[in-house]
Amino acid sequence: MTDLLSIQRLTKAYPGVVANDDVSFDIAPGEIHALLGENGAGKSTLVKMIYGLVKPDSGKMELFGKPYAPARPSAARTAGVAMVFQHFSLFEALNVAENVGLGMETPPPMRELAREIREVSHAYGLPLDPRRLVGDLSAGERQRVEIIRCLLQDPKLLIMDEPTSVLTPQEVEILFATLNKLKAEGTSILYISHKLEEIRALCDRATILRRGKVVGACNPRESSAAELAEMMVGEALHTPDRAPGERGEVVLQVAGLTSQHVEAFGTRLQNIGFEVHAGEVLGIGGVAGNGQDELLSALSGETLGPRETVRLRGKPVGNLGPNARRALGMLAAPEERLGHAAAPDMSLTENAVLSGWQREDLTRNGFVLWGKSRGFAETIIQSFDVRTPGPGVAARALSGGNLQKFVIGREILQRPDVLVVNQPTWGVDAAAAAAIRQALLDLAAGGAAVIVISQDLEELMKVADRFAALNAGHLSAPRPTQGLTMEQIGLMLGGAHDMDVAHTDEAHHIKESYEEGRQ
Amino acid sequence: MIRLEKRPTPSRFWTWSTPVLAVLLTMIAGGLMFAALGKNPFIAIKTIFYDPILGEFAFYYRGQLLVKAGPLILIAVGLAMGFRAGIWNIGAEGQYIIGAICGAAVGLAFYPAESWIIFPLMIVAGALGGLLWAMIPAILKVRFKTNEILVSLLLVYVAEQLLAAMALGPLRNPEASGFPGSRNLQQYPSAANTEIIPGTGMHWGVAAALIAVVFAYVLLSRHLTGFHIRLAGQSPRAARFGGVNPTALVVFCMGVSGALAGMAGMFEVSGPAGQISIDFNSGYGFTAIIVAFLGRLHPIGILMAGLLMALTYIGGEAAQATMQIPAAAIQAFQGMLLFFLLGLDVLSNYRFRLPREGVA
Amino acid sequence: MDLSSINWVLLLASLMVAATPILLAGIGELVVERAGVLNLGVEGMMITGAISGFAIAINTGSVTLGFIAAAAAGALLSLLFGFLTQYLLSNQVATGLALTLFGLGLSSLMGQGYVGIKGLSVPDIHLPILSDIPVLGPILFRHDAMVYVSILIVAGVWAFLKFTRGGLILRAVGESHDAAHALGYKVVRIRLMAIAFGGACAGLGGAYLSLVRVPQWTEGMTAGAGWIALALVVFASWKPWRVLIGAYLFGGLTVLQLNLQAAGMKIPVEYLAMSPYIITILVLVVMSSRGGRAALNAPAELGRSFHASS
Repeated sequence: MTDLLSIQRLTKAYPGVVANDDVSFDIAPGEIHALLGENGAGKSTLVKMIYGLVKPDSGKMELFGKPYAPARPSAARTAGVAMVFQHFSLFEALNVAENVGLGMETPPPMRELAREIREVSHAYGLPLDPRRLVGDLSAGERQRVEIIRCLLQDPKLLIMDEPTSVLTPQEVEILFATLNKLKAEGTSILYISHKLEEIRALCDRATILRRGKVVGACNPRESSAAELAEMMVGEALHTPDRAPGERGEVVLQVAGLTSQHVEAFGTRLQNIGFEVHAGEVLGIGGVAGNGQDELLSALSGETLGPRETVRLRGKPVGNLGPNARRALGMLAAPEERLGHAAAPDMSLTENAVLSGWQREDLTRNGFVLWGKSRGFAETIIQSFDVRTPGPGVAARALSGGNLQKFVIGREILQRPDVLVVNQPTWGVDAAAAAAIRQALLDLAAGGAAVIVISQDLEELMKVADRFAALNAGHLSAPRPTQGLTMEQIGLMLGGAHDMDVAHTDEAHHIKESYEEGRQ
Repeated sequence: MIRLEKRPTPSRFWTWSTPVLAVLLTMIAGGLMFAALGKNPFIAIKTIFYDPILGEFAFYYRGQLLVKAGPLILIAVGLAMGFRAGIWNIGAEGQYIIGAICGAAVGLAFYPAESWIIFPLMIVAGALGGLLWAMIPAILKVRFKTNEILVSLLLVYVAEQLLAAMALGPLRNPEASGFPGSRNLQQYPSAANTEIIPGTGMHWGVAAALIAVVFAYVLLSRHLTGFHIRLAGQSPRAARFGGVNPTALVVFCMGVSGALAGMAGMFEVSGPAGQISIDFNSGYGFTAIIVAFLGRLHPIGILMAGLLMALTYIGGEAAQATMQIPAAAIQAFQGMLLFFLLGLDVLSNYRFRLPREGVA
Repeated sequence: MDLSSINWVLLLASLMVAATPILLAGIGELVVERAGVLNLGVEGMMITGAISGFAIAINTGSVTLGFIAAAAAGALLSLLFGFLTQYLLSNQVATGLALTLFGLGLSSLMGQGYVGIKGLSVPDIHLPILSDIPVLGPILFRHDAMVYVSILIVAGVWAFLKFTRGGLILRAVGESHDAAHALGYKVVRIRLMAIAFGGACAGLGGAYLSLVRVPQWTEGMTAGAGWIALALVVFASWKPWRVLIGAYLFGGLTVLQLNLQAAGMKIPVEYLAMSPYIITILVLVVMSSRGGRAALNAPAELGRSFHASS
C-alpha cells in the first residue's frame, strides 16, 4: 500500500535557526501518527509546510505517491489535508457557522451549512450550535468548531497541533473517541504533542523531532514514557528537589473575589476564596480561558476590588494598585511575557525598572538611577542564567525561555512575601523550565507564599503542595496534592459536573433543535 | 517578492538616519512637484533650503527662523509626550487658539494700565486656556472612553468659530470703528512679547520652547514619569502591570500638550501676530504634528525638526515672492515629508530580505 | 427671529443634500474599518476628491466624469496610505494624519486656477409619480442622482457585508488577521481593496460638495466633514444603515442651523456654526459611554498592523 503522505528531506531555515533539518517520514493511510517533540523542536514549522503556510527551502513531499507542494492552505485543503490549529484560527465576533464557512473552499449557503454542522457535530459526539458566537464558547467547544470545520471537507489527512492543551481529561477522552472513529473510517491523523501518555494511548506510530531533526521513530504503544522522554529531550531531566516545606502562618487570604467588570469575551471570577501559608506552593490548574488572567490581575492589583477581598497578613489590600501591593511584599509575574510582564522594545534594564523600582530603590526623588538599575538587571541575568549579550538588549530579542527566567528572576530577587505566577514555563525549554520550577520551590522554602497558576498538570503536581482548579471563574476548594488521582483532578477541573459533554442538557438541547430543523 | 523581517532590536542607525533620508527624498519629490508646476526645481530647492540661511537676504530671514520655529517646537514637544504614551492629541491648533484668546483677553482687560505683572499673567492665562481646552477630550476619554483623536480635532473647528466670535465681539478693538480684530498688543508695552535680543527673532516664546525642550528631555530620559509615558505607549498592559495609572497619564499628557500649545498661542498673539483676528491661526498646531514625528518624538530631535520646518515656511515664502510658487505647494511639501518619514520608519524595525533562489 | 420664515419642506428636502457628502465618506470608512484599518485621512481624500472632481467637471463639462475622477483621485490617495500602512507597516494614526495634511496642501495646489469659478448645474431627477406626492415628493424624490447613488452604496455595502462570502472574509480579516492568514486569506490584499473603496467613497463625498452642494471650489471647503464622517462610523457602531441615519440626522442639524442663521436668530453666527461640531462630540460621548455592547461591534483589529511572521 502506498503511503498517504511521504515527507522527504524537508529543510527550512530561519535567520539564526534551522527549524527543520533534513526531515523525512511517512504517514500510512488510516493511521494516527504522532509527531513528538519539545517546544521549539520544529514541529510547528513542519506542519506549516505540510499545510502550505510555509515553503520549504529544500526537500519534497508526496501525497498518494504524487508530488505535493501546496502553495497556500487552500491548495492543501483541496488536496485533502485539513488542520486543527493550536492558536489563532477562530474569529470570536463571528458565529460558529461563519467560522466553519471561512475555513472551507466552497461552503454551501449558510442555512445548509448550519444544518450540516448540527448533523456532523452530532454524529461525532461533539455537539455544536451553529448560531452561537465563538467568543462565548469554552476552549473545548472552540476546538470542536475547528474539528468540525475540517471534517466537513472530508479530509484524507487531519493535522492536529497540540489539541489537548486546552481540554479537561474528560474532554480529552471524548476527543480520542472521535479521532479513533475517524481512523476507523480511513482518515489519517498527524497528531502533534509533547504529552507522552496521550501519544501512548492514541497513536500507532511516532516520529520524534529534536532541534529540527528526526531523532527516532517507534511504536509508542511498545515504548515506555521514559524511553520516549529521553528521545525527545536527549538527556535526563532535572526534577526539582522537594524539601518538605514547613507550613507557616497564613500570609494571603482571598475571600469573595468576584469580577466587577468583565472585558468582551472575558471570564467573570465568581466568589473566589482561598488561603496560602508561608512556605507553601498553591497550584491552580484549569483549562485556558477559565479566569486565569483575571485571577492574576486581581492578585497583582491590575484590577481592583473591594478592600476586604484580598488580605495580606490580615491587612486588607483589595483596593490597592500594583505598586502599593509590591511595597507590602505581594508580587506577580503574568503569563504573557511580551507586552505584559515585559515591554518588548525596552531594554532589560528598563524592564528591570518596570516592576523593581520600588523594592530595589531604583529611583531618587522620582528620577531613575539608571546605573543602579543596570546593576539590578545584571544581577538578574547572572543569578538566573539568562542568556543575553547584556542588559542593554531589547526584551523581544530574548528567546521565550530566557525572557521568562528574567521575568521570574526579577520578581524573586525582590524577596516577595507572596508571589503569584501564571504559566511560569509555557513555551520554555525543559532545562529552563526545571530551573524556574526549582527557583519557585526555593522561594517557598525560604518562607514565601507562592501561587502557581498553570495549565500543565504535570508541572503543578511537581511543585504544588496543594491544588485547586479554576472552572468558568469558580475556584474549587484546594486539596493536598499528595494522593490526588487523575480522576479527581479531572473532576475538579470540570467543575465537578458530569463532564461527558455529549450527554449534557446542552447536547439534548442541540439535538432537539436539530430535529426541529429536519421537520 | 522582497520580504520584511523584524529586527530583534530596533536599529539605532536607521532610527536617526531615516529623518535625514526622508528630507532628501522629499527634496527630490518636491523638486519633481516644482518642475511639474513649471518652476526650476534646483532654484526652488535652493530658495527654500539655502537662501534663508546663507543667501543674500539671510540677515532678514534668519530672525524669522526662530519666530517660526518657536511655536512649532513648543507645541511639538508637548504633543510628542502624548504620542509617546499613545495618547493622540490632534487638536493642538484649537488649544493654540484658545491659549491666544485667553492670554490676549487678560492683557486687554488691563489696558491701558502698565505693570510688569501683566505679561506673566498672560502667559499663565494662555497656558491655562490651552490646558482647559485639552481637558475636554482628556476627561471625555477617561470618563466615557470617547476617542480623543476625534474630539480634540472637532474642537479645532469649535475654537476657530470662537476665535471669529471673539475677533468680532468681546475682544474687538473699540477704536477700530467696526473692523474685526483686537487692539494690537505690540503697541501695549506691558502686554507685548518682545524680542529678548533685538534682531534675532528670539522672543519670549522661543525661550519658553528651549526650556520646554530641556524639561521634556530630562523628564523622558531620567524621570520615572517619563519612563511610564514611554512604557504606556509601547505596551499598555505592561504599564498597567508596572502600576501606571492610565487616567492620570491621559490627564497629564493632554494637560501638558494643551498648556504648551496654549502658551504658544499666547506668545504668538502678543508677539509676531500682535492681535486676535479672524485668521489668526495659521496651522502651527498641525505642522507641529509633522515636527514631532520628524524629530522622532525626541525633544532634541524636535528642536532640530522645528528649525527645519521653520525653514520650509520661510523658504516657502521666499519662493512665493521670487518664483511665484504657491503657498499650498509648501504645505504639500511638508505633507510629503511626513509620508516619507513614516514610510522609511520601517527600516528601523525591520530589514528587507531577498528570498533565496527558487523560493517565492 | 422669525421661525415662520423657514420653509420646513425645503429644509427637510435639503437635509438629504447636506448629508450626502458625509454619508458617502462615512460608508466608505465603515468598510475600511470593518477590514481592521483605521484611516484618519478621510478629510484629505475628500478635499482632493472635491478639487479633482471640480476640475475635471469644469474642463470636460461633464459632472459624471467629475465624479469618476474624484473617486479615482480618492482611491489613488488612499492607496498611498495603503502602501505605507500595509507594506511598510507605518503607524495608521500618524499616516492617516499625514494623508489629511498632504491632501489639504495638494488640493489647494491643484485648485490654484479654479478659485471663484462657478460650478456646473446638476439637474435634479424627479422620480416619476413619486415626486408628485405632496410634501413627501419634494422632500424625498426630487434630488440629483448622487443622492440616490449614495443610498444605493449603503444598501450595497450592507448586503455585501451581510450576505456575501467576500463580506464575510472582509469581516474576518477585521476581527483577527492572524486567524485569517492562518486560513490562507490574503490579509494585505483584502485590506488594500477596502482602503481603495474607502478612498473612492471619500473622493465622491468631497466631489459632491464642490459639484452639487456649494457648487464651486474654495480652499479647505470640507471644513472637518471628513472628521465628522469618522465620528459617524463610531456613532453607527459599524453598521451600514446606522451610518445613513446618522448622516441624515447630522444633515438635518446642519440645515437647521443654516436656516436659523438666515432667520436671524439672535445669536452670533459663529456660535450656530460651531453647533454641528459640538453636537458630534456629544453624540460620540453618548455612544462611547454605552460601552459594552457598542464596543463589541468595533472590529477587534482596528488600527493594528499586520505582519505575517511565517
